[in-house]
Amino acid sequence: MAVKPVKIRGKIKQGVAQIKALMPHPMETGTRRAADGSIIPAHYIEEVVCKHNGKVTMKALWGASVSKNPYFAFKVKGAVSGDTITITWADNLGESASGELTLK
Amino acid sequence: MNVLVNRRRMLGGLLSLIALGVAPLKVLARVTKAFQATELDGVYAELFADMEIIESADIKMRIPDIAENGAVVPVSISTSLENVQSIHVIIDQNPNPLSASFELTDSSPADISTRVKMGKSSVVRAMVKTVDKVYMTQQQVKVTIGGCGG
Repeated sequence: MAVKPVKIRGKIKQGVAQIKALMPHPMETGTRRAADGSIIPAHYIEEVVCKHNGKVTMKALWGASVSKNPYFAFKVKGAVSGDTITITWADNLGESASGELTLK
Repeated sequence: MNVLVNRRRMLGGLLSLIALGVAPLKVLARVTKAFQATELDGVYAELFADMEIIESADIKMRIPDIAENGAVVPVSISTSLENVQSIHVIIDQNPNPLSASFELTDSSPADISTRVKMGKSSVVRAMVKTVDKVYMTQQQVKVTIGGCGG
């Protein structure tokens, strides 16, 4: 399956950026079975790194029990118009993807 | 002589590289263990060692009382506590109770939202780790359709 980029939306409210991100990903737990009875191997995002102008502001570590196509919302202090927010994930199979947003 | 010195230098360089690589790996291994733990006690031990856990009304967790679909349960956690290092979401009845951890920095307010899967009805815990203490709030969530397994 092709890896899709992270979709990011955000707005600044009184100096705090409210960021919402969607990461297209199957998030397989490793306990589900396919129609033929075989176990679908675990495939999930383990780490999400969020950067504000290149500096790490938030790191999320996930298990397989985060929902499929994860939604993640967080806030960033001291954000001004023109700042960039970068979100990169890495999964247990070594795949990764990222997305970038320039705040308005 | 020169060759020897160079070789020593290279060896030293290699060793420091290895040392650098090992430190983050250890942290990662500890975190991975917490995610693999199958019991609440195991998660606590890996995440908080023997730190005291205190129930706190200063943590706000927004999660539905009844989740119609266990595959997608929205959860939001925020807190007015200070010096927050990390926020953890724990679902007691899931095969691996620890669902997600969020490591904060000075520039990230303690206010996050995501969606989690729940296999069946369970207590959901929001844990907030500060420099010296661990705070917790919990809520029972009823699941009508499970989100794990077939």
